[in-house]
Amino acid sequence: MDLRLTGPPPSEVERAAVDGALATGGTGRDQLLPALHALQDRVGFVSEGGLRHVCERLRVPPAEAYGVASFYHLLALAPRPRTVVHVCDDLVCRAHGAEAAVAAVERACAGGPATVARSPCLGLCERAPAALILAAGASPCAEPVGAADARAVADAAARADSAAEAAPSRRARRLAKEKPGARLERVRRAAPQAGTPGLRLLARVGRVDPESVADWKASGGGEGLRKALALGPAGVVREVIASGLVGRGGAAFPAGKKWEAVAAAPAPRHLILNADESEPGTFKDRVLMEEDPFALLEGMTIAAYAAGCGRGYVYVRGEYPLARLRMERAAAAARKEGLLGPDVLGSGFSFEVEVRRGGGAYICGEETALMNSIEGKRGEPRQKPPFPTQAGLFGRPTVINNVETLAAVPWIVRDGGAAWARIGTKGSSGAKLFSVAGHVARPGVYEVEFGATLRQLLALAGGVPAGRSLRAVLLGGAAGSFVGPGDLDLPLTFEGTRAAGVGLGSGAVIVFDDSADLGDLLARVARFFRDESCGQCVPCRVGTVRQEEALARLRAGRPLGGREAEVALVRELGQAMHDASICGLGQTASSALESALSRLGAFSGGTP
Amino acid sequence: MNRSDPWSGGPAEGAVWFDPPPRAAKVPGPPPSPARPPVALSVDGREVRVPAGATVLDACRVAGVETPTLCFHETLTPVNACRVCVVEVAGARTLVPACSRQAEAGMQVKTDTPRVRCSRKVVLELLASSVDLRIAPGMAETMARYGASPGRFGPPAPDAADRDAREAGHHHAPDGAAAETVAQPVKADNDCYVRDYSKCVLCYRCVEACGTDAQNTFAIAVAGRGFDARISTEWARPLTDSACVYCGNCVAVCPTGALMGKTEHDLRAAGAWDPERQTCTDTICPYCGVGCSLSLTVQDGRIVRAASPVGADITRGNLCIKGRFGWGHVQPGPRAGDAP
Repeated sequence: MDLRLTGPPPSEVERAAVDGALATGGTGRDQLLPALHALQDRVGFVSEGGLRHVCERLRVPPAEAYGVASFYHLLALAPRPRTVVHVCDDLVCRAHGAEAAVAAVERACAGGPATVARSPCLGLCERAPAALILAAGASPCAEPVGAADARAVADAAARADSAAEAAPSRRARRLAKEKPGARLERVRRAAPQAGTPGLRLLARVGRVDPESVADWKASGGGEGLRKALALGPAGVVREVIASGLVGRGGAAFPAGKKWEAVAAAPAPRHLILNADESEPGTFKDRVLMEEDPFALLEGMTIAAYAAGCGRGYVYVRGEYPLARLRMERAAAAARKEGLLGPDVLGSGFSFEVEVRRGGGAYICGEETALMNSIEGKRGEPRQKPPFPTQAGLFGRPTVINNVETLAAVPWIVRDGGAAWARIGTKGSSGAKLFSVAGHVARPGVYEVEFGATLRQLLALAGGVPAGRSLRAVLLGGAAGSFVGPGDLDLPLTFEGTRAAGVGLGSGAVIVFDDSADLGDLLARVARFFRDESCGQCVPCRVGTVRQEEALARLRAGRPLGGREAEVALVRELGQAMHDASICGLGQTASSALESALSRLGAFSGGTP
Repeated sequence: MNRSDPWSGGPAEGAVWFDPPPRAAKVPGPPPSPARPPVALSVDGREVRVPAGATVLDACRVAGVETPTLCFHETLTPVNACRVCVVEVAGARTLVPACSRQAEAGMQVKTDTPRVRCSRKVVLELLASSVDLRIAPGMAETMARYGASPGRFGPPAPDAADRDAREAGHHHAPDGAAAETVAQPVKADNDCYVRDYSKCVLCYRCVEACGTDAQNTFAIAVAGRGFDARISTEWARPLTDSACVYCGNCVAVCPTGALMGKTEHDLRAAGAWDPERQTCTDTICPYCGVGCSLSLTVQDGRIVRAASPVGADITRGNLCIKGRFGWGHVQPGPRAGDAP
């Protein structure tokens, strides 16, 4: 193919930024997104000259590269200030005054170096309203902050802006350095149970230094992997099937079955840790990656060993700079220790791990969209079948598991599948993380054994603030369903929620008290799906637009053809989106709205 | 062998310089793959058998069940994006696209259930409420068949000039008074064809034809996200600044008239496009030795459209810039480049 490159040539700075990124990764098409990130990290946006250079180096047609760059909302295609404050205005942050926070941060940043952009959920729900400062330059910076104090956000943005400008003579400063006390306080806020004995998934959170291999080993790290290497691949698969472990990303597919299918498929095979946690109100995977990255690498290595995968990818959403940094550092340290690499712990098994960074796209959490994203294509989901176990990443058989799923694996292999199966209920084995946020006293990630009810979980989180009463709980995030105050005894198990006609989804539990404006929340959900649809299939691409429009009419009290006709239209639209969309995004985009109609009586008379 | 030595006085009378191979009756293809048994499945209760590798759509056609399609095209890789062809397969949680789903033994396909009818109807309504389908062949009949009434989403919103500049993840909140559309100004930036993306259903056909399914030029791709996704060159530059080679193979596969030869576009704009006055003549392109089949549409003694039949062995519907657009010299009236 002859590339036709037009437009301005790259500047020296753009050229160096791109070449620097490609120096380590090679020049395959899969380096497209890393190269675009490198370019934006350096010059603040994807420039014409820079994109031209990327195309020339990777031999990618410019129209395709432009199509990829314009797919991700963290990438800018026009010049803008190099420092951007992404303020979350999504569901949880709305419950904590996001609209006022956005306005205040905009005022505080006016005249300063940074610009302000609204963002969907940043996964920082325990400190809602939240913001993420991203500063491009010679030393790019990323800093998650609480956004309640607008002045502090503006100051932090200004600091990030000048730090990003500094020459990278010191080691590139990618995250603000934390004092140990502040770190511990941050961890306890994210996982209030941290340090409590008896936890399985959160056992190390807040108790060990996440950057120390020694600490991890001293707390039992690596025992699962050693046992796995002794059991052999088939033995590991047997244990994991016996444990009853099912995927924690939302689809609840048996993990062991998935590995078994891949193991039976021809090599080469790949493994992906799906860390593109973007479901609004979900932040459990972030906490695991930030605080126990070695355990995740151990889980990945065990899974790869069982399924015969030689290469692993960690795909971390672009909004999680600390999680990505921790995973990168852990992978480098693990390789040095012989836990990863050509000969894992002297077993002869070879496994390499690479950390990839998302570009801002909820859809890339869908497994096949994620694969396309790694491959340097637009993050559009693929029609299944074929399933990833048959033809996944680069067309090869691929294991793709959620972070929390693989976090459970070292425990399961070490203590045996039967031990895990004994925890929880008959239909839902083991321990489960829930991200509890919104109007609760102590938001955070909570670990419970399956079988706990919604009431018990809310009690753990301190319940709704005093003087307030519960209005609704959104289970499973934007793609989930609302339940009402009458559903508090719902057991949070797969079978329990299924029987109630809802789902656990990603484990997000967003709590709203009677001060919440339900219509406003529904409008935010509709806006979210309208923004996050990839645009590939008609039911989702246009359906999410029509859903948002219909909701706007209902909220304004101007329904087309009367309220009942409008509600019927919404339901028919939902049915078609559910039945005919390619992937789970379109299939669940009407779920929250429909559950609010049927369970909360939204729009049943006047305003919700 | 009747081979003569060129160094000794030239070939003998009646001899040739080399033995030409026997003329191939048709273009050689890959060796046949080992025969796999046909697949038996049921469509709307009727048992049908299709070759292994066939799709559900093939099975529907064998069963004589008419299945609407929009993004599907015989010569292109199915992208199953429009979802007009969805069918119900027993055991599947959601509906499946007939165009891309492989037929499997024992599959029970239903094409006329309430779920299928609902999805097809709503999908057609969503399309027609956001895209100008007035000249899309066959769409009016399909809409009528499913009782689609796109007007129920409200009156269509007017042209938007900013569609090429929209950023992923951001849009203006609607008030619901009008149904958002893809209406936008026409792009007429070259002498060969016109892009009217108000008529674009984003079926990906043009991108595939420009890419690995035919031309391997890669001048266009899908850019943006969600409802703001669009077919675009890099930075939405005019085609004249892109990799486009004006083969027009994108025009040939466009199902809605969003891509159209300039001659046809101008005639339509002037209200002078009249199928009643048109004849179609099949011929062979005289430009080079490939011998592409041509179908020339002629109106009032002028060639108003050149295409190649999709079924033609050599072209599979594709042509080059000359075969598609290079007919100015046979037209009556002043030639391009002549002094006016």
